[in-house]
Amino acid sequence: MSSIPNRPISQSPDSSNPEGSVLVVGGGIAGVQAALDLANSGFFVYLVERTSAIGGSMSQLDKTYPTNDCSACILSPKLVECGRHLNIKILTLSELLSLEGEPGAFRALVRQNPRYVDPNKCIACGQCAGKCPKKVPNEFDLGLSKRKAIYLKFPQAVPLKYAIDPRYCIRLNKPGRCGLCEKICPAGAINFKDVAKEEVLNVGSVVLAPGFSPFDPSDLDFTGYGRLPNVVTSMEFERLLSPSGPCQGHLKRPSDQKVPKRIAWLQCVGSRDINRSGHAYCSSVCCMYAIKEAVIAKEDAHGDLSASIFFIDMRTPGKEFEAYYNRAIEKGISFHRARVHTVLPSQEDNNVLIRYADEHGVMREEEFDLMVLSVGLELSKEAIELADRLGVKLDPYKFIDTDVFRPVVTNRPGVYVCGAASGPKDIPRSVTDASAAALEAERILSPSRWTKTKKKVFPPERDVHAESPRVGVFVCHCGTNIASVVDVEAVRDYARGLPGVALSQDNLFTCSQDTINHMAETIRKEHLNRVVVASCTPRTHEPLFQETLRDAGINKFLFEMANIRDQDSWVHQNEPEAATEKAKDLIRMAVAKVKLHEPLPYNSVPVTKSALVVGGGVAGMNAALSLADQGFPVTLVEKKSILGGHARKFYRTWQGSIVQPYLKKIIDQVESHPKIDLRLETTVSSVEGSVGQFRTGLSDGSTVEHGVAILTVGAESYKPMGKWLYGENPNVHILLELDQIFIKDPESLKGLSQAVFIHCAGSRVPERPFCSGICCTHAITQALELKKLNPDMDIFMLYRDIRTYGQRERLYQEARSKGIIFIRYDLDHLPDVRQEGKDIVVEAEDLILERKLILHPGLLVLATGVRPRDDMGELSKLFKCSVSSDGFFLEAHMKLRPVDFATDGVYLAGLCHYPKSMDESIAQAQAAAARAAIVLSQDAVPAESITAIVDQRKCTGCGVCTHVCAYHAISIDPAVGKASVNTGLCKGCGACVAGCRSDAVTLKNIGNRQILAAVEAAMDTMDI
Amino acid sequence: MDKTSVQKKEWEPKIIAFLCNWCSYAGADLAGVSRFQYPPNIRVVRVPCSGRMSPNILLDALKAGADGVLVSGCHPGDCHYISGNLFARRRFAIFKSLIEFLGIEPGRLNFSWISAAEGEQFAKVVKEVTERVRALGPARRLVKEI
Repeated sequence: MSSIPNRPISQSPDSSNPEGSVLVVGGGIAGVQAALDLANSGFFVYLVERTSAIGGSMSQLDKTYPTNDCSACILSPKLVECGRHLNIKILTLSELLSLEGEPGAFRALVRQNPRYVDPNKCIACGQCAGKCPKKVPNEFDLGLSKRKAIYLKFPQAVPLKYAIDPRYCIRLNKPGRCGLCEKICPAGAINFKDVAKEEVLNVGSVVLAPGFSPFDPSDLDFTGYGRLPNVVTSMEFERLLSPSGPCQGHLKRPSDQKVPKRIAWLQCVGSRDINRSGHAYCSSVCCMYAIKEAVIAKEDAHGDLSASIFFIDMRTPGKEFEAYYNRAIEKGISFHRARVHTVLPSQEDNNVLIRYADEHGVMREEEFDLMVLSVGLELSKEAIELADRLGVKLDPYKFIDTDVFRPVVTNRPGVYVCGAASGPKDIPRSVTDASAAALEAERILSPSRWTKTKKKVFPPERDVHAESPRVGVFVCHCGTNIASVVDVEAVRDYARGLPGVALSQDNLFTCSQDTINHMAETIRKEHLNRVVVASCTPRTHEPLFQETLRDAGINKFLFEMANIRDQDSWVHQNEPEAATEKAKDLIRMAVAKVKLHEPLPYNSVPVTKSALVVGGGVAGMNAALSLADQGFPVTLVEKKSILGGHARKFYRTWQGSIVQPYLKKIIDQVESHPKIDLRLETTVSSVEGSVGQFRTGLSDGSTVEHGVAILTVGAESYKPMGKWLYGENPNVHILLELDQIFIKDPESLKGLSQAVFIHCAGSRVPERPFCSGICCTHAITQALELKKLNPDMDIFMLYRDIRTYGQRERLYQEARSKGIIFIRYDLDHLPDVRQEGKDIVVEAEDLILERKLILHPGLLVLATGVRPRDDMGELSKLFKCSVSSDGFFLEAHMKLRPVDFATDGVYLAGLCHYPKSMDESIAQAQAAAARAAIVLSQDAVPAESITAIVDQRKCTGCGVCTHVCAYHAISIDPAVGKASVNTGLCKGCGACVAGCRSDAVTLKNIGNRQILAAVEAAMDTMDI
Repeated sequence: MDKTSVQKKEWEPKIIAFLCNWCSYAGADLAGVSRFQYPPNIRVVRVPCSGRMSPNILLDALKAGADGVLVSGCHPGDCHYISGNLFARRRFAIFKSLIEFLGIEPGRLNFSWISAAEGEQFAKVVKEVTERVRALGPARRLVKEI
């Protein structure tokens, strides 16, 4: 390990003048999210990634549950944003060697290993990999395919730059040999002399997001992994399913490339297993991903697939998870509650034979074509070493240890953690954690916001309104990517003859920095007022070229691209003539369209730099404090006369911390905070405006102006009145009622000889199909508390599946070891509760012993779930946000925007989103605050420029446009009876334009006029 | 190339494809990245959302001489603008019947859902649509002969 070289000791950290930059370690989804949140709220970010590209494990996944979104598709825009961000510096192939200093003033020593390819020159044409003679296992496909020694980590890699793997490169290992890549590279990017560089970065905070490693089952001999070719891990299976994987998305098994017809999933491989893998915890995500993989595989096979999942407990406790599980059952996925103990090769055909005992203890044997091991998550060796180097403590399961009430804070001040590194978790929780870590990181750095960031400055724009079109066409060779198929010179000359075209040029690489500079100069010199670039796709390159227009002093919307690579040369490789004609057509279309483009305003809305938080529970108070601590004024509105919400009734967290002292502490903080305006016994009655400028009317008659709003209105316990003697017998309680006895009068419980808990009381049934996720853990915590009060007490837990996910599994193991008895029931064998005299009688069926069991508990606890509040619908209408079918608030995107509403500037946290434990609520509240801080730290927020506009002379006021607008951005102005657009809300989808029967609405620059110009130009073959 | 040589060449259909920016246009790009080959008869117009497309524009495309039209958006439920593709679906279901009534072969109007991940699907749809339109021959119904 290297240490930081001697340098003048920087002044001791000054809390009013901390470093305005943050180091984020790890470029997976968590690190990327933390980096974006920090950079977008005024901090410079160094993003250190160990491999050659950011993206992490998520980029390897095929689909994501529960939406079945394509993983790469939803991830890629975030990666591109990260890659292009002026205030994020991505350091690939790099690692953090050491960290000195203290919060606000750290010095981080980072080593960047050589890439051997100059990223400023590489244009990712791939010719190097084409020529490279060295085939090596592709780690991105977990060795299921081959790549070359010079490689791109994956097709959408950011940065999109090749790298040479020094372990395999012939030239690097035997100087003088090979070197083919250097010869073929058209950009001269290969640099065999590249060396490692060490750099000291001054940062105020550090966020660790090293992610997880999938458990390696090689040592679990019984699984056959490594011996049997058709036993794969779940991560390998993701690659087999993925369209960018080794079978191009058409699932084939490794041994013979046959399409498997019978697949088995084995759950808990490397999880919930103290014996063989040493992993006592539950990995949280494997039940869901196994179901997802089974569903996707079955869909891909058009149903012609038998999929079996072998599990201990089916753990689907998250939002929409239980519904996903139920749908999988309906789709014919079979679920077996069994732990498979033997996996054997079958006699024929490399099939896999498994042996297991079914629920009735009968031994069974089944044959499969392919077996998937649902491997657990663990912290990688590298991450453990990193934690060690930084003095960051690990928990007993070798995940990074965190504080119960500050769930992303490590033991080292100023160092925060997010993602699966602090415990196995799925993508939404990792993203939430990441935003929460961003919040903690910026909390102490807020005085230095915008001190280290760069701001792009553009020259004033030339007014082109009076000018006749002078279109400049830039045709790209893209090395040989376009030019090897399309006759670029002919296309260039053709473009010169098009009406309105003032100039047409061809370039080897239009996107290279020198061409970009040249383009800006040409626009200025030639007085161009429209630009067409014929090259690759606008999806990746439009922002770059548009910026060039702004650099050259013209409006960026006077631009159009012709996609002659991705949608031409690459897809018509064997038809050069037709591809050349198509390129001409595409340019003619682009020229015709761009001539009708007009300069558009860069819309923005000034920001009122204060927040409204609705709901004064733990989530609301944390959200309010998180913003107020950064100096943003907060109005906190609470319906009741006291703060604290649900937590007032809550005894102990699952980690074992007593809740009430913590609650008292944060209530004090909120009540005494100078930046928090607390309004008790107050509700929201009206909301006007949009992000940046809300005006909200409160029930006390006042109006609050605020830039953002966070909704944290909580939820309720389900109270099963009249069922299971609830409300009828004084010794029948729901969980939080027992907690109150623990708080107020624990002694009264000491004399009990028997207690019974009924799990899933009123949950996972048709009336309330979702799983609340927290009741199993809560019930077991209470059972252990009872055991502590009276070790001789008999405690029975009647359950359906025990869902103690993550490190909570420890409680389940402890409960079993303490003699608490778990008896499973199912919907066909519901426990019966009745009263005999004053006594409670519980009759249950033991499904394993197949015998009736009669219990006489002195205490019956109903582990009922959480239900949404009835008044949430009203609030959601006021803030124009949605509610899911379960009745909880619906976030903008289940995976990647877990605390945002689809409505900009409105965020959510806590139980109103979905049932969750207190640490998760706090993380979510901090995440919501981090997202809100992005808006609050700006003076103005950008609004969509390509918006709809109404010609009121044509408008008949029919109102169709108002019905089709998903954003309530267009409305009929009652004064004139005509439609008008609220530009701040309009997203530019054009639904209203298509809906208008009077041709009164148009979309700026994508109006019917512009579209038709392109269409007609496409048909125009006369001037060939 | 002069006019006569164009006429001498065998007839090739020309198809206008309106692709939504977020899914189908990205799917078309992915077809390129993956090098899935398809016939060069389509001309793509990028639109924000399939919900942006009104029947008028499709009629105008046929009037301008297109032999076929393809509109492709995000799968139901995946719309970047929440519900635009659902409006498109309803609109075009009705529009198809109108087209038949006008005597235009329904095969000239094609709708599909192609996600950003379905490069191969994009290539497949373009192949199918091209073949379908080719089989129908040139569209003359709405084109004014001068």
